[in-house]
Amino acid sequence: MDLSFFVNQALTGLASASSLFLVASGLTLIFGVSRIVNFAHGSMFMLGAYAAATVYGPIVSALGPAIGPWLAMLAAAVAVGLIGVVVEVLLLRRLYHAPHMLQILATFGIVLIVQDAVVLIWGYDQIVGPRIPGLRGAVTIFGQRFPQYELFMLFIGPVVFAGLWLLLHRTRWGTLVRAATRDREMADILGVDQAKLFTTVFFLGAALAGLAGGLQWPREPANIYLDTRVILEAFVVTVIGGLGSIGGALLASIIIGLLQAFGILLFPKSTLVLVFAVMAVVLMVRPWGLLGRPEPQAVSDLAETKTAPPAHRYAAHAFAVALAILLVLPLFAPDYVVKLATQAIIFALVAFSLNFIVATGGILSFGHAAFFGLGAYAAAIAVKSHGASTGLALLAAPVLAGLVALGVGWFIVRRTGIYLAMLTLAFAQILWSVAFQWVEFTGGDNGIVGVYMPGWASQTGAYYYLTLAFCGIAVALIWRIMFAPFGYTLRAGRDSALRCDAIGIDVRRHQVLAFALAGSAAGVAGGFFTFLKGGVDPSLLSMDISADALIMSLLGGVQTVVGPLVGGAAFTFLKAYIMPVTDQWRLVLGIVIIVLVLAFPRGIVGFINARSGWFGGAKSEAPVASTGEKLA
Amino acid sequence: MSVLLEVNGLAKSFGGVQAVRDVSFSLGRSEMLAIIGPNGAGKSTCFNMVGGQIRPDRGTIVLDGQDIAGKAPRDIWRRGVGRTFQISATFMSMTVCENVQMALMSHHWRTRALLPLASRLYAEEAAAILDRIGLADRRSHMCGVLAYGDLKRVELAVAIAHRPKLLLMDEPTAGMSPSEREALMQLTADIVRQEEMAVLFTEHDMDVVFAHSARIVVMNRGAVVTVGTPAEVRENAEVKHIYLGGTLEAAH
Ligand SMILES: Nc1ncnc2c1ncn2[C@@H]1O[C@H](COP(=O)(O)OP(=O)(O)OP(=O)(O)O)[C@@H](O)[C@H]1O
Ligand SMILES: [Mg+2]
Repeated sequence: MDLSFFVNQALTGLASASSLFLVASGLTLIFGVSRIVNFAHGSMFMLGAYAAATVYGPIVSALGPAIGPWLAMLAAAVAVGLIGVVVEVLLLRRLYHAPHMLQILATFGIVLIVQDAVVLIWGYDQIVGPRIPGLRGAVTIFGQRFPQYELFMLFIGPVVFAGLWLLLHRTRWGTLVRAATRDREMADILGVDQAKLFTTVFFLGAALAGLAGGLQWPREPANIYLDTRVILEAFVVTVIGGLGSIGGALLASIIIGLLQAFGILLFPKSTLVLVFAVMAVVLMVRPWGLLGRPEPQAVSDLAETKTAPPAHRYAAHAFAVALAILLVLPLFAPDYVVKLATQAIIFALVAFSLNFIVATGGILSFGHAAFFGLGAYAAAIAVKSHGASTGLALLAAPVLAGLVALGVGWFIVRRTGIYLAMLTLAFAQILWSVAFQWVEFTGGDNGIVGVYMPGWASQTGAYYYLTLAFCGIAVALIWRIMFAPFGYTLRAGRDSALRCDAIGIDVRRHQVLAFALAGSAAGVAGGFFTFLKGGVDPSLLSMDISADALIMSLLGGVQTVVGPLVGGAAFTFLKAYIMPVTDQWRLVLGIVIIVLVLAFPRGIVGFINARSGWFGGAKSEAPVASTGEKLA
Repeated sequence: MSVLLEVNGLAKSFGGVQAVRDVSFSLGRSEMLAIIGPNGAGKSTCFNMVGGQIRPDRGTIVLDGQDIAGKAPRDIWRRGVGRTFQISATFMSMTVCENVQMALMSHHWRTRALLPLASRLYAEEAAAILDRIGLADRRSHMCGVLAYGDLKRVELAVAIAHRPKLLLMDEPTAGMSPSEREALMQLTADIVRQEEMAVLFTEHDMDVVFAHSARIVVMNRGAVVTVGTPAEVRENAEVKHIYLGGTLEAAH
């Protein structure tokens, strides 16, 4: 590698780092004061690019090429900032004291809504950006030509950093933001007008994302995949830098920017893996990121969760009726419905196993798709590449998923709360990109097809019963475990790690085992899904599946045992019947999520239960709440 | 009376704050020893170092001839040390009885059992303990709905479940009425006698302290001021100065 090439590559990396910093600084600012992990931040970036694309033409023709482009970018930033304000005022403000899971899902709802809104307004086609007048040329650096616009981008990051630093350290507003970031209660005591502070922070944060999106537009066409890519990168940057730390965001942006620029030379196919691996290593060494501070309290989510056995006789009746329907369904239902029901059973298991670790274990996972997908791929690869029998393939699925979950679990339980959730997401994304890029092994984009059951089991009805039997056994086992000492111990760890430690319980060790158990149950589901669909593709490992699983739990009722089962089935059927009639499934889903989060956080079963007490547990009025614990 | 716990030269600072400096005392089997001192004296920090929740900067904590300083809380618990916290730590989503059962399951190494029903395990033992603490009627109440004083008693039940040699109680009666206090401490004293358990406790209520401790350690600003019998402590000039010279509220 000669010097000029090296320098050029470094400069390219730094230009990307600038863009990354703009997005990440907004995300970290918002997290700092509100403690909300804002998945919608990437959507703000995408909206910035589209907004710029919309106003660029008119503004430039009105004001000329000298200042027009820059005003267009600024206008885009302000517009996106205002959208951020709307989101904060209408939605997030109501969720500041809600558990992480509800907050994350709510922002995810925004992501879905924005995705469909963008398609509705701007269509599917990407919009190619202009070459900015005055910055069209290139400069020669060490004999290599380097675009002027890239050079400009390179400076934007440090300039915005300086601006933010001045804003935070030289204004009263900045002092308040820093106080609130350091200690939310302190800000309360100081009498800070929180509503106003949060709204302004959301404006600035979203505007920064919008600005980044606008500035990115000349480098990369506005397209509908920007949000997911950017939010993942921004998460990595803020987690590496330390949530809430602007300086950390700058440092981490530079690291990631350079890593991507040079990593692409070393591992052309797997920069994403490299990036997430770096994040994992950083978190091993510095649990709170490079410049982050430890959270003063361990906050255990969903502390109110009750997992009491079905108490009322109606519950037993309801259960018997449900089981009877499940058993006779293939006898009268059309093939299509039976297939759908098979899928519903599979996803009920996915949601159930996820809820086991989230609600019982207190481990918020945003990467459950990893184990579902692993199981699916394990089964497919066993059959296709190794000629394994279907029985062996279905066994390989939970074994592999469980073993990987054991390793991942060992790693993640050393972290808590939101850092843990980010790590699970990171891990799932690594697997997803491996599935995409390791074409020889996984079939890449196309996945693996033609994996069907042989003989009698290939019939729809027979496969339905097979799935029902095995997924049913998995559900029954986990159900039993919830009420066994192991399940109780998990709940104990979730309620008070301090007390557990003081009665001889190693909470983490139990959590790792629970994670492995849930992972292997998801693997069972994945294996059966493979044979149902006749193959696999990378979407099985995607964030959407992880989110769907959480939404199923939420829909059914996070705090109940049967909720995720009901939610998994309901979600599958709803999706199957709504999707064909509308192109805007994401929009519908996004709205459903937000309604659930705001109005029915207990879900279907929780809602029925709160009125009737049918499904046991307390008829408590307390909403899903989080509690802290202090050692004193 | 042989020595159960011997603390020597214990020290801990948080950043610049010297919370505990050079604290030494010892505790005999079946002895009730009180640590008193004004707010911020370092009592809880001492407790948390003995219990393992905080790792000491310096010093030794010898329990039954073995140094436990810096060991994990769960190891210390297995060696026979039960404790309560100043802000009670219980499992809020479980019933009172289940809280005690958790301690028993852990004691019998059953927490990883996957099939038995937890609610039936050690239920009688737990009920017997609750009877003794006077919580029998609250047995199936969720901890989340209990009054503060009851929570303190739940903690006590959990702490004595595995019949520890040493019981640590950080302000066991805070937030209770005077009669409740007296009852709880009388109960503790009875248990101590029957089980040959030693108790180390802190308390702001001086009547309780003088009535129930054989010896008292007085701390102020992280250091031990004096150690002595209630009578000796009462007469100590320095103690009088600490308690009467300004920080009166500590004695209420
Ligand atoms: N985790 C911590 N971080 C920083 N300082 C601490 C921490 N824990 C205790 N301190 C400080 O150490 C000193 C001793 O605190 P400690 O809680 O041991 O006092 P205490 O005697 O138990 O007081 P109280 O009667 O109010 O319970 C206090 O000044 C306190 O502010
Ligand atoms: Mg204290």
